[in-house]
Amino acid sequence: MDGVKLHAFWASPFSARVIWALKIKGIPFEHIEEDLPNKSALLLQYNPVHKKIPVLVHGPRPVCESMVIVEYLEETWPQHPLLPTDPHKRAVARFWVKFIEDKSPNVWMVYRTVGEEQEKARRDSSEMLSILEEHGPNKGKKFFGGDSINIVDIAFGGVALWMGAMEEVSGCKMFDAAKLPRLNAWIANFKSSPVIAENLPDRGKLCDHLARLREKRLSSSTSK
Amino acid sequence: GEGRGREADRGWPSPFVMRPRIALNLKGVEYEFLEEKLGVKSDLLLRSNPVHKKIPVLLHAGRPVCESLIIVQYIDDAWPSSGPSILPSDPYDCATARFWAAYLDEKWFPAMSGIARAQGEEAKKAALDQVVEGLSLLEDAFGKISKGKPFFGGDTVGFLDIALGCFLGWLRVTEKMNGMKLLDEAKVPGLAKWAERFCAHDAVKGVMPETEKLAEFAKLIMAKFKAAAPPPQ
Repeated sequence: MDGVKLHAFWASPFSARVIWALKIKGIPFEHIEEDLPNKSALLLQYNPVHKKIPVLVHGPRPVCESMVIVEYLEETWPQHPLLPTDPHKRAVARFWVKFIEDKSPNVWMVYRTVGEEQEKARRDSSEMLSILEEHGPNKGKKFFGGDSINIVDIAFGGVALWMGAMEEVSGCKMFDAAKLPRLNAWIANFKSSPVIAENLPDRGKLCDHLARLREKRLSSSTSK
Repeated sequence: GEGRGREADRGWPSPFVMRPRIALNLKGVEYEFLEEKLGVKSDLLLRSNPVHKKIPVLLHAGRPVCESLIIVQYIDDAWPSSGPSILPSDPYDCATARFWAAYLDEKWFPAMSGIARAQGEEAKKAALDQVVEGLSLLEDAFGKISKGKPFFGGDTVGFLDIALGCFLGWLRVTEKMNGMKLLDEAKVPGLAKWAERFCAHDAVKGVMPETEKLAEFAKLIMAKFKAAAPPPQ
């Protein structure tokens, strides 16, 4: 079987999602740490459209976009499935992955902005969380995938587990644990799962990194 | 019978509504069209898609499926032995199709819809440039993915054909309203010929709106948009 390489970055939630999927499925891979923002020539070659990590390279062929990579892993290595077999349940899982992908940029915006723009992003992030709390398919279950982690858990994990650091660094609260009891319980379950716990960046290091980036971004931004 | 779907549709103009219709046609699945009244969302729609309250929604055996490309994948999963496979069978080809579909929905189509809404000539040009650049990327992708065959899906219309093809009506309207050729045979020959084949396909021709009708609809929306916009400072 062709070797698997992953171009990743330690602080990226998008890389983390792919690493979690690889580890859950027990797929051996070579971790290639990109020194962002100094992107390697290889990375630019593999992802000319977005120029971003993560990029999974299976043999000679690159796959880009974290959730596209996770679906690829699911189809190529069916063990420890991350998607149900029933067509309707699959559609429901994919719906929530898309929902998370569509709404989570608001979370990154809270961290990237200030003032009115940040406040709007905070409101939109809170709305995303409320909807997940009310309608999310994890009612009465440990994970969105039931007893085991599935694609929705992986998608949301990349957002939820970075939210705390972003709140700390931006001074802007998004997650109200009192209003989100189910999601709060989910976070505890997810974080304590061994594969996840062993593949998370150090919180202090992450906050330092994010704080530095935020400062740089805000001090160099011109009026929009 | 067992094979029936039902689809909530307000939107003959909507490219997103077109996607599942093409998929159902490819699979030869009979379906019932539920026309939503413009401006009023039915109880059924609100119950079926409480999160987004939007069409398209597919109802199959009473269960709703939402989000156009997710519906397309569902149709492929639910009717595996009818008609051609819509998603490629090879996982890598599948990943490639998904990558480009995400690009279309997240970057390219928003740029195209942004042209009409752009405030001022500079913003308009920037949006147009993005659309043109996107078409150039897609031309390149078409060459690599189709490998000399008529469609992104090879011999048959597939996932990426559906994902992109549904925007052709609006692309033509954009060309008309801006007096420019975007699907230029000289610049994107592969895509230009592909577009003709796609629109002529049996699964597509009945659901692709006429450019004239769409252009009139676009003028209506633009007028509404301008009327609702705040007066210039």
